[in-house]
Amino acid sequence: MTDLTINAELTEKILTGFIHTELNRVGFQRALLGVSGGIDSAVSLYLSAKALGPENVLAIRMPYKTSPDHTLEDAQLMIDDLGVQSMTVEITPMVDPLIDRFEDMTKIRAGNIMARMRMIVLFDQSVAFNGLVMGSSNKTEILLGYSTIYGDSAAALQPIGDLYKTQVRQLARHLGVPELVVSKAPSADLWEGQTDEGELGFSYADVDQLLHLLVDQRYRPEACVEEGFDRDFVARVVRRVRQNHFKRVMPPIAKLSERTIGYDFLYLRDWGT
Amino acid sequence: MKINIALAQFNTKLGVVRANLETHLSMIDQARQAGADLILFPELSLTGYALLDLAVETAIRPHQDDPVFNELLGASQEIDLMFGFVHEDRRHRFYIASAYLSGGKILHIHNKLYLPTYGMFDEGRFFAPGNSVRAFDTRFGRVGMLICEDFWHASLPYLLWMDGADILLFSSASPGRGLTDAPRLSSSEWVEHTNRAYAGLFTNFVAHANRVGYEDGLNFWGGSTIFDPNGHLVVCAPDFEPALTVAEIDLNQLHRTRARLPLLRDERATVVQRELERILGET
Repeated sequence: MTDLTINAELTEKILTGFIHTELNRVGFQRALLGVSGGIDSAVSLYLSAKALGPENVLAIRMPYKTSPDHTLEDAQLMIDDLGVQSMTVEITPMVDPLIDRFEDMTKIRAGNIMARMRMIVLFDQSVAFNGLVMGSSNKTEILLGYSTIYGDSAAALQPIGDLYKTQVRQLARHLGVPELVVSKAPSADLWEGQTDEGELGFSYADVDQLLHLLVDQRYRPEACVEEGFDRDFVARVVRRVRQNHFKRVMPPIAKLSERTIGYDFLYLRDWGT
Repeated sequence: MKINIALAQFNTKLGVVRANLETHLSMIDQARQAGADLILFPELSLTGYALLDLAVETAIRPHQDDPVFNELLGASQEIDLMFGFVHEDRRHRFYIASAYLSGGKILHIHNKLYLPTYGMFDEGRFFAPGNSVRAFDTRFGRVGMLICEDFWHASLPYLLWMDGADILLFSSASPGRGLTDAPRLSSSEWVEHTNRAYAGLFTNFVAHANRVGYEDGLNFWGGSTIFDPNGHLVVCAPDFEPALTVAEIDLNQLHRTRARLPLLRDERATVVQRELERILGET
């Protein structure tokens, strides 16, 4: 077992500095984000409120008709706790016409439509609120590709994208996220009874250990098996990380000219700021 | 002889030399008012670190005809200064460089020899490597400059020591990494241990200026330090916060430490030379 414990105080210092600096340098003082009642968006919310002041943060609740009541209540609990600005935009009347349009609609497709509708609401509100959209993706889900491309993965900044799920939980406790949010089973709430670990087929505790060896410690897959991980589990995770890489990169541009964006036109996003 | 050294750490504007020059001039002024004799800026302090294609767009010639250099030469009339920039040589090669200015003159330019091109680093793609390391004389004695990855190779501080440098001036734009349960990042701990080790092993002063701020997702951790010839910490600037940290060093400490611990006297550079020739001759 690798110890994935982080120094939460140092993490908070770096991440609040990141949010504050990276927003300010491009002329923004405010941030907004979707708050689902889950732990990832909770941590992004608490970090944003600490970095920018609660008055500069807008938390948006975007329930669908099947969203459990407790998700809305948990989100409200955190909104009240921090004193951030808030808004509720139910997405049911926006997504149902598209979902109902196709008889062969699947749960996955419907889930993607909901995630992308929430993205549309957030990016629309970013103009109205004059703020940037704060992401809530963690390292585990980014590596596994457990997200909807152009949906929940769309954001201006990803403050917790280098923290594994188990580390996000540790940071959440340090930031004062309510315990009932920290300890409930992670779920995208895209359909009733959905849990991340049920859908993925393994636990975050296990996969975080494995990903840490594969990615951070550069173990070869075979060496992970020697360390005691199940061979099929290792193979499944390695495949998932590779197959979902397309979600982590910009779409490739077909090179024709002498200088092509992405290959030999290279600048950080912070260029000139 | 006692001198005051100022360590400047701030967040640069990426690729905007004029804005960063203004910050330099303002911090130089503050340091001068605080009684500093020498101010040290971090690596690439005039440009920012992760330049990529901005490397060639921000490059300057270290000459009084260059308007940026000219202003800094003017500022060096009252205080010695070291800063970082992209150096374009006469053949249009681009280097990560440090300049040491004093009394309106350029005393030395150091081009970074070791360009990390692995992991998160890609310097070798955009820059030419420097090819020499030299100590040089200042009004405070003989000193040597190195830039970040340069001092991860023990040979360069050693060569400067052999070349007569009693004060090592290091600069970095070190991206913070290695989060564990410890109160500081692994990168911060490692650099501080390294600096302390050089100070103790060479019975030298080691001053290190490291930047703060962010570039995209990279954080820079600051924590600039000075160690004395006993390996004791003289001063440590805050982690992550912009700061101008001024501390006094007593150059007579060199006399006292080396009287007690004659590592320099006993160093056998000819053995190093002979054995290196043998080793390199065999390969």
